[in-house]
Amino acid sequence: MEGTVQMVSFRDRSILSIRDMSTDDLWKIVETTGRVKSDDPGPFLKGRTVAALFYEPSTRTRLSFESAVLKSGGSTFGFATPAATSQSKGETFSDSVIVVAGYADVLVIRHPVEGAARLASEVAGIPVINAGDGANQHPTQTFLDLFTMYESIGRLENLKVGMMGDLKYGRTVHSLTHALAMFGADLTFISPPSLEMPPHILKELEDDGISFRKLAEPEDAADLDLDFLYVTRIQKERFGDPQEYKSVAHSYMVDKGTIETLGADVRIMHPLPRVDEISVEVDPLPNALYFVQAHNGIPTRRALLGLVTGGLE
Amino acid sequence: MDRAYKVYAIENGTVIDHIPTPLALKVVRILGLGGDGIMTIGIGFRSLRHPGGKDVVKVENRELSPYETDMIALIAPEATINIIKDGTVFEKRKNSLPNEVLDVLSCPNPNCATNKLGARRHFNLDDADTVTYRCRYCERATTVNPDNLTAP
Repeated sequence: MEGTVQMVSFRDRSILSIRDMSTDDLWKIVETTGRVKSDDPGPFLKGRTVAALFYEPSTRTRLSFESAVLKSGGSTFGFATPAATSQSKGETFSDSVIVVAGYADVLVIRHPVEGAARLASEVAGIPVINAGDGANQHPTQTFLDLFTMYESIGRLENLKVGMMGDLKYGRTVHSLTHALAMFGADLTFISPPSLEMPPHILKELEDDGISFRKLAEPEDAADLDLDFLYVTRIQKERFGDPQEYKSVAHSYMVDKGTIETLGADVRIMHPLPRVDEISVEVDPLPNALYFVQAHNGIPTRRALLGLVTGGLE
Repeated sequence: MDRAYKVYAIENGTVIDHIPTPLALKVVRILGLGGDGIMTIGIGFRSLRHPGGKDVVKVENRELSPYETDMIALIAPEATINIIKDGTVFEKRKNSLPNEVLDVLSCPNPNCATNKLGARRHFNLDDADTVTYRCRYCERATTVNPDNLTAP
């Protein structure tokens, strides 16, 4: 990794968007995550309190943040749905954030409105970690994706990555595309025409000189020697016609045959939950990274909490 | 019939010329000009550069700030801006696109914090060639033209 990474400090910084990040920032997070995973740094959050404000339900992100806080010796409180909050009494979002920020050292926030976490960071006076703001950003997912790739292949530069499934609405693939482009990836987008990567993202890639291609079927990527295939769920609710959904969903199933076609070294990732995009027959194969990826959410979030509080350097 | 093309010369202040008709009023509204001294607005002058006519705004005793000058570039990139002191042109302002646009551009994304949670409208320049700005909050890019600018 680059020597300048040592210069990066996240102390008191909010983690809001991949767009705010430099490659050094991303390296720092990946490197710190690696340290946390390989050698447990112990209770570096002792005496610290993390407020988790989930204005929108999210089981795995919320539980993974809670676990990260507890494993690091900190305490956490918050809510999992907005029903029980003062929002229902008419309090503004900013007021709620100001009040709760006075009770905590770090604020983790998920909100259905895009930009909510950045707005919170402007009034909180303590670091805010964005755990998802509508269709906009979910940076901690991208960090754990990057870490999983680095852990698996030993580098982040010039990766050959295929992304498959709902590339139109999936914020996970949008953020990951942005991050991988910073490291000069070669990208392959596999989706039905109705769920293609949005034109503005393709234009950004063109402007940055990133090579990419659009394919209709995973089999079309046979000669590309992909390092990773990142699969996302095709959301049923996006289709008016259930028959159309069925045909599309079925054609995007990764099984042993897909892996044979793409090459024995291809690693399969998925942000989960999956429906039937990846056959369970893939689960025991060494190519299957998705459960490791999900578990990497813990060291990634511990690393971030450590960096923004100064508990980790 | 010939008519003397004349708006009174000013001694001190700012002259915004070559605004394509009818954008002078838009310039005045977006910048919130007026209310602090004499301002002359001329609309529809004949102009070789502007077949549809040009507008002129003269603001007396007020030097526009660099941010205001840049905002004019967003509304009327062809406009020229001169700062007048003691009856002569003291400075010809270069008008480049503003790096930030506050308040006057509304985010087209209905689910943005500026539309849902009362965040202040705030855009950053993303691509000068296409006059594209990115919302600070929802991070969506939007192409700016005079029609989607509104007075705060």
